Amino acid sequence: MSTEARAVHFPAADWDGGVHPYRVGHRKLGMWLFIVSDSLTFSALLMGYAYLRASNVWPTPFPFNPSILFATLMTFCLLSSSLTMVFGVSASSRGDKAKARKWILATIFFGVAFLVLHLYEWNHLIHDGLRPFSLPADWVTAFTSTDGRPPSPLFGATFFTITGLHMFHVFTGAIYLSVVAARVNKLKHEDVEISGLYWHFVDLVWMFVFPLIYILSVDVGGHLAK
Amino acid sequence: MSAHAEEHFAGSNKLFVSIWIWLVVLTAIEVFLAYKPMSVVLMLTILMGLSIIKAALIVAYFMHLKFERLSLILTIVPMLVVCICLLFVFFPDSFRAAGMRYQFKEPPPVTTTEEH
Repeated sequence: MSTEARAVHFPAADWDGGVHPYRVGHRKLGMWLFIVSDSLTFSALLMGYAYLRASNVWPTPFPFNPSILFATLMTFCLLSSSLTMVFGVSASSRGDKAKARKWILATIFFGVAFLVLHLYEWNHLIHDGLRPFSLPADWVTAFTSTDGRPPSPLFGATFFTITGLHMFHVFTGAIYLSVVAARVNKLKHEDVEISGLYWHFVDLVWMFVFPLIYILSVDVGGHLAK
Repeated sequence: MSAHAEEHFAGSNKLFVSIWIWLVVLTAIEVFLAYKPMSVVLMLTILMGLSIIKAALIVAYFMHLKFERLSLILTIVPMLVVCICLLFVFFPDSFRAAGMRYQFKEPPPVTTTEEH
């Protein structure tokens, strides 16, 4: 208690030890540091995608149905799951464990809905013939530039890598939240809040993946329909 | 440490719902923009602007960073922004590579499936 009081009077004493300088526990700080490093992983992947896209003829093959429609629904699912998660953390902070569990289960539901929609969409693209290192034949004819340069076959590599890693994060997040929901009575509030940080981060990454991968790949001219 | 455990989670449910509505509206604007004919650079600029606003809303309110200590915010955010900006160093090479590709007129790999 005396160290806390001293810290209030002399902010420099924050760094003398014996107090939490950031006023968060070490586990929460650890999750924040993990989120920072994971942000850099996704930044590097998206930057690699931008690098390839800027130096190639790039196909823009996504029709409204199913790709954009599904991706928008998936965004809605993730945003809603973030809202239910924040309700869960809020209930947990009031000590209402039963309500916290209910909201966390709702979060898992939206997360699983996201995964189901995403896998359906992946399946659709794979059926069309999209592979990590080759395009469907009709994409090549539709998106070859006017001076005869064919579209980059790396579209699938960037698409499956970035959305796949994100999907993996949603999947592990759903498992993580299941464990938290099952053990919510034994866990401290801060542990519930930490699981919320991870889930919101997964949502945050999608806020960049969705416009860069989906919105910028809309088949505006209807090239594939021709 | 009991004082820490009792620490309340700032922000009302009403606030969180209004943040969610903002996020949904910004997403709808992005989808609407997708079908507006404009240059890729302009579209990219607008989309990234909207995405940064959305990310900031999520970090500030849902992830609660707005209500944390300034020292934590200053530890996490600026270095991340600097590191991400450093990745832009690759773009001059990307633009250079654009002129060096397509020197050979080989047909690109195409997926062959039984259906076709």
